[in-house]
Amino acid sequence: MRAMVYRGPYKIRVEEKDVPPIEHPNDAIVRVTTAAICGSDLHLYHGLMPDTRVGTTFGHEFIGVVDQVGPSVQNLQVGDRVMVPFNVYCGSCWFCARGLYSNCHNVNPNATAVGGIYGYSHTCGGYDGGQAEYVRVPFADVGPTKIPDWMHDEDAVLLTDAVATGYFGAQLGDIVEGDTVVVFGAGPVGLVAAQSSWLMGAGRVIVIDHVDYRLEMARTFAHAETYNFSEYDDIVVHLKRITDHLGADVAIDCVGAEADGNLLQHVTSAKLTLQGGSPVALNWAIDGVRKGGTVSVMGAYGPIFSAVKFGDAMNKGLTLRMNQCPVKRQWPRLFEHVRNGHLKPREMITHRIPLEHIAEGYHIFSAKLDGCIKPLVVPSAA
Amino acid sequence: MTGTAPETGIPAAYTPGPRPQRETAEQLRARIPGWGADLDPADRPAVPRLQSLETGARWDFPERQPEKWPRERSIEHAVLTPVFGTSCPPAGLSGVIRRYSYRRFGEGRAAHWLLLVAADRVDAWESHLRSFATLRPDNPVTQTGVRSELTHAGLSSRIGRKRADVGHHLLDPVIVAGPWVAGMGAAYVGVRRVLRAVRR
Ligand SMILES: NC(=O)c1ccc[n+]([C@@H]2O[C@H](COP(=O)([O-])OP(=O)(O)OC[C@H]3O[C@@H](n4cnc5c(N)ncnc54)[C@H](O)[C@@H]3O)[C@@H](O)[C@H]2O)c1
Ligand SMILES: [Zn+2]
Ligand SMILES: [Zn+2]
Repeated sequence: MRAMVYRGPYKIRVEEKDVPPIEHPNDAIVRVTTAAICGSDLHLYHGLMPDTRVGTTFGHEFIGVVDQVGPSVQNLQVGDRVMVPFNVYCGSCWFCARGLYSNCHNVNPNATAVGGIYGYSHTCGGYDGGQAEYVRVPFADVGPTKIPDWMHDEDAVLLTDAVATGYFGAQLGDIVEGDTVVVFGAGPVGLVAAQSSWLMGAGRVIVIDHVDYRLEMARTFAHAETYNFSEYDDIVVHLKRITDHLGADVAIDCVGAEADGNLLQHVTSAKLTLQGGSPVALNWAIDGVRKGGTVSVMGAYGPIFSAVKFGDAMNKGLTLRMNQCPVKRQWPRLFEHVRNGHLKPREMITHRIPLEHIAEGYHIFSAKLDGCIKPLVVPSAA
Repeated sequence: MTGTAPETGIPAAYTPGPRPQRETAEQLRARIPGWGADLDPADRPAVPRLQSLETGARWDFPERQPEKWPRERSIEHAVLTPVFGTSCPPAGLSGVIRRYSYRRFGEGRAAHWLLLVAADRVDAWESHLRSFATLRPDNPVTQTGVRSELTHAGLSSRIGRKRADVGHHLLDPVIVAGPWVAGMGAAYVGVRRVLRAVRR
């Protein structure tokens, strides 16, 4: 089969690989019909995630058709069209039994601090991902769900990560009616977090980024008020001025490890790997939220320490909430929102890239060329 | 405006509040599709945080996937997890470093992660060198996708747009090409020394 393969920082290519075999009785092999590139993939692509091995196939946002099932699989049949949450999880460990699917203890031998994620380095379990023609899906009775007939494939693929995560980010903000919410980052996750904040009754939604076409999308698609941080000497001071000097009630970090806005922070983390991630947006969230407010962190950071302004968080009495998104837990509600048109995920898709051209796809998304917001990857056999 | 808009011009933070609202619920509902659909904080999928839901698992502990080679694992795990990824078993010098890091250090130790990052860089170079002995050597031009700069508006996406990342984009070619240039330089110096030694 054809599969995207990592060759070292900033370098990927498409290779011929064996179709993955069934390794466990509850495995399925899924033929991928559409995958997406996520902001998280950029952290791998840039070499920031420890134990990202040359030869690994990325991709944790994908849908496809069941091609083979292991002997114990009961809920899926060959030929079913499925959407697969980005979490690999068992459904039965201490954490899964309490709904914390993204924190499963049975699927990642490499680290106890993270669950399993498809195509997301050995630190997340060493699974190959879905930017390929075929992918191994463990616990086929637990994670994957048949795509409802009424759902568009391009909505389904975004529900496997970006949409579920944006919505989860707003939820962890514990928004109450009338709250002022500030979202850092106008990528797919931030755009959905902004939309979801309205669903939860926010009175004002502010989105901050530095890429003009993404801010434009935040205004038109997510109905948000936007500010380009590179136009302000100090975006936190500006934020205070426009929020009654209280700050926002809720801040949502949808940026993560490669945040811009402070060259030293960016270079020491995203280029030199001396920090787990550049905490610029996270620090702005901590400083920009009001005392007693909530910071929800969806942005991903590596396991190495980062220079986070913890003292401010403590002195301000903040509530910090965060996790990898337990995707399937969000689905029943999100299916309703997509069905009744409150959320229109596929409007964020800007590029559909053949798998053979995926190296260009990563560069375009990473360097934010050509108005790119969300790129899909389409295997040739699909 | 609703709420107590301070006539004094003193911002809400210095008064008992509440914060002045810019739009009423009716205005928001009219302007934003679905506004307030999930208004009740108790009726959201993440609430309560811990809840036992039907997952589809019919086992208390899953069957064990066969371990086909000694699978490296965190020393914070009591056992090898019953299911695990089988991509790219550790090999070469990078494999030695990775296995050592897993064997020796827990996840709380910086040494664990820094060794794994170092192993990643060694892995990249082992793989580049190995690729030169194949019909498909690594090619930093095609593999970085940098050709899309020409086909996908490389310049106009950056110029005059107040982007904060343009400055360090210039570092990317240095990060990617720098080691190759240094490697070729070292090879050149090495070959010259050898040739001189042979001539003498
Ligand atoms: N928690 C989870 O389950 C989960 C799931 C998916 C993605 N993520 C993470 O969420 C983050 C966003 O994902 P995405 O797909 O939207 O990525 P993306 O790269 O498309 O978006 C990030 C945006 O942040 C902007 N940005 C950079 N520095 C900023 C700053 N200081 N302030 C404000 N904006 C800034 C960028 O210009 C970009 O538009 C990533 O870190 C990703 O790893 C987490
Ligand atoms: Zn993701
Ligand atoms: Zn589990």
